[in-house]
Amino acid sequence: MNTAIRNWLGLVTLVLMVAALFMIFAYVPTEADQGIVQRIFYFHVPCAWVAFASFGMVAVAGMLYLWLGDQIWDDLGYASAESGMVFCTLTLVTGSLWARPIWGVWWSGDSRLTTTFILWLMYGGYLLLRASADDTPRVARFAAVVGIVAALDVPLVIVSVRLWRTIHPAVIVTRQGGHGLQDPSMIVTLLVAMAAMTALWAWLLMLRFAQLRTRTRLDTLATQLAFAHAATGDR
Amino acid sequence: MEHLGYLFAAYTIVFAVIFLYVLFIWRRQAALEAELRTLEARLRAATENSADKGSVSDD
Repeated sequence: MNTAIRNWLGLVTLVLMVAALFMIFAYVPTEADQGIVQRIFYFHVPCAWVAFASFGMVAVAGMLYLWLGDQIWDDLGYASAESGMVFCTLTLVTGSLWARPIWGVWWSGDSRLTTTFILWLMYGGYLLLRASADDTPRVARFAAVVGIVAALDVPLVIVSVRLWRTIHPAVIVTRQGGHGLQDPSMIVTLLVAMAAMTALWAWLLMLRFAQLRTRTRLDTLATQLAFAHAATGDR
Repeated sequence: MEHLGYLFAAYTIVFAVIFLYVLFIWRRQAALEAELRTLEARLRAATENSADKGSVSDD
């Protein structure tokens, strides 16, 4: 059942991604001020949205793990943090590649860039913790707390363009309210790209989550087998 | 067509990173399947061993 859903989701992702690429490169008009490089926007924003959704899920899964203590929530948190890290990295890299021709620099100490980089560092720490420590309930609890605390940075990233002076554009919701996309086709293209990236994220998350569930079951089985061997005196 | 290189680099990196992540998942899956086969073999051996012991005690 899960495999069938994953396969369907993979197919939907492929169709949406082809549609998004077609719209980005053949349908949407070129932005008047920035030129062709503005098209990075149609993947930069969806990557950021998916990264925030991932880290939000890490926080929710962390809370459920601390509350219920079920390993399934720890596995979901771990898988979400990993996919969030992939998309957060892509957000930073595509943003930097967009900033260079428009701002003239690869990076600036801007509030949105800085808060996003802090988010990346915190989840980098989370993943390092998971990779270097044993999979014990104590480590899982600690990771859940780190995941929840780190997610507090997500709303800060979103409101940073309103809280502080910044050169980062506020396109989806401008500082004056409303949105900053000039052409309806730009909105449609962005929505299709968002749908494609969300489907891709869900597919990757399902793959990795299923894998971590298998890992947990294998560990449990190996422990039971070791106990059975010890009980029968067979080594 | 100014700045085409930046646009090309951005989309190439996105797909390259996603491809590498899928490759990472796929390799982990292969390792898990190998571990599962080892565990199944151990379980089979343990089951056969306990069955042998059972037949000896029956004798």
